[in-house]
Amino acid sequence: MKELKILSPSGIVGYGFPEASFLAGVAQKPDLIACDGGSTDPGPYYLGSGIPFTNATAVKRDMTLMLKAACELNIPLVIGTAGGCGADVHVAREVEIIRQIAKEEKLSFKMAVISSEFDKDMLIQQLHNGKIEKLGPAPEVTEKDILDSTHIVAQMGIEPIIEALDAGAQVVICGRCYDPAAFAAPAIRLGYDKALALHLGKILECAAICATPGSASDCIMGYLGEDYFCVEPLNPDRKCTPTSVSAHTLYEKTNPYILPGPGGHLDLSECVFTADSDRRVRVTGSKFVPEAVPSVKLEGAKVAGFRTISICGNRDPIFISQIDDILENLKKRTADNLSADFNYNLDFIVYGKNGVMGQLEPNSQVSSHEIGIVIDVVADTQEHSAAACSVARSTLLHYGYPGRIATAGNLAFPFSPSDIKVGEIYVFSVYALLRSENPLELFKTGYEEVEG
Amino acid sequence: MKVCLKDIANVIRSKNAGPFELTLDVLLKDQEMFEKLRKADVINKKVIAGLYQIPESDVISIVYFPNAKAIKATIVRPLPSGALGERDVYGAQQHAPLVNFTFEI
Repeated sequence: MKELKILSPSGIVGYGFPEASFLAGVAQKPDLIACDGGSTDPGPYYLGSGIPFTNATAVKRDMTLMLKAACELNIPLVIGTAGGCGADVHVAREVEIIRQIAKEEKLSFKMAVISSEFDKDMLIQQLHNGKIEKLGPAPEVTEKDILDSTHIVAQMGIEPIIEALDAGAQVVICGRCYDPAAFAAPAIRLGYDKALALHLGKILECAAICATPGSASDCIMGYLGEDYFCVEPLNPDRKCTPTSVSAHTLYEKTNPYILPGPGGHLDLSECVFTADSDRRVRVTGSKFVPEAVPSVKLEGAKVAGFRTISICGNRDPIFISQIDDILENLKKRTADNLSADFNYNLDFIVYGKNGVMGQLEPNSQVSSHEIGIVIDVVADTQEHSAAACSVARSTLLHYGYPGRIATAGNLAFPFSPSDIKVGEIYVFSVYALLRSENPLELFKTGYEEVEG
Repeated sequence: MKVCLKDIANVIRSKNAGPFELTLDVLLKDQEMFEKLRKADVINKKVIAGLYQIPESDVISIVYFPNAKAIKATIVRPLPSGALGERDVYGAQQHAPLVNFTFEI
């Protein structure tokens, strides 16, 4: 079995990569270029609002290099979780960028676009059929959660990507996608071992993070054989070591031995990581354990309201010594001064006290000579949150706490205006598993002959 | 011997493992110390629950991973990522209680 070469340019399309590293990879004549495009890490806003967290100009730069190389080498290019979250609106922006590049660079290819956004009626029916299951600490999904969501996507596995390649697509743009699938699907289609291909994909999807020094913005090459795979960074300033590669298996995962994904889990408990050279690592022993009934992970987000914030500081030791009491009282005073006929959520983030760790902060004493306060209000409309923030801010500014000697004002504002309208905000509303005997049926693929 | 975790570790970090879990990684400098810690069960559910002042039932798992000389603890996120009251969307600055964790070995 020929060794399959898979080039992973960047951790996320739009995070960038050095052109020299990429060209070093292209010079090795890879069989596939694949790149992940998304994450839930930046929080629910991007999925909920439909706005990509990656910048269009940066995406175009990365995509241009990848498309040109794929066309030159006549190899597939697979993009996972296009536009950051993989809802149809995110994918549409990526597709538009690709059409533009094709025109400008005179590139022609067959493109598949796989949708992973689901119809609410279908999901409600699946919920009633008992096909939607609770996942880890996330709450049970209700019909209301589904109805309230602005976008609900599912992480596709390898099946729709294999189908798109079988149909002759050279460029495959996926909606929400299990990160390793974009790398593994073309290899599994060619008969390579599923466990090794998925494990390799798991490492490649973060690009050079598995190297030392690690980076999500630099290229790495994967070499997949019959019973092993190797990884090696393409930038001579980085190297992969057995420790750096095995340590990467820990990253952002609950358990480094058991990695669940669509259709089953990777079992890495018997993996062996060895040095092939001082910068190339060989991995063997990965296993894949299929589920009785395959599942895909659902992700959804909904509007939580409108936010207004005010950023300020305090440098008064008497104020700081009473900060908890002052803020507790201030919530009551704000309610009295506002007499609102609407609901709002008022929160104070106190830097210098527990601004970073919140309820997990073990230190109860403030030892800082100054504190930073973010007044955070969320309400049903922008105007309501602005009103509550304004009253909370002015009440705190002039609040007369016991022993107060700085009577001109309690807060230092770095900005005028002091209050910032953040706009609509979102929370995760659906995070669960959807069981399906035939996961391929869940994802719809469109094809397009792109002519440059 | 009294040992402080930051003196024997190359990496002490935290990160989201999805929007509902927070995972803590400690990568030790040498294999011998890793084995000592593993044998003595120095980092267990009770220790993590104590450091983060959470019930033991919120500690999802503790895994010792010899390949990377690593100890991994995963806890339930105090809030889902991005919920009202959020302090750290990526969960990347929740490692501090481990840094100065000191123990007898």
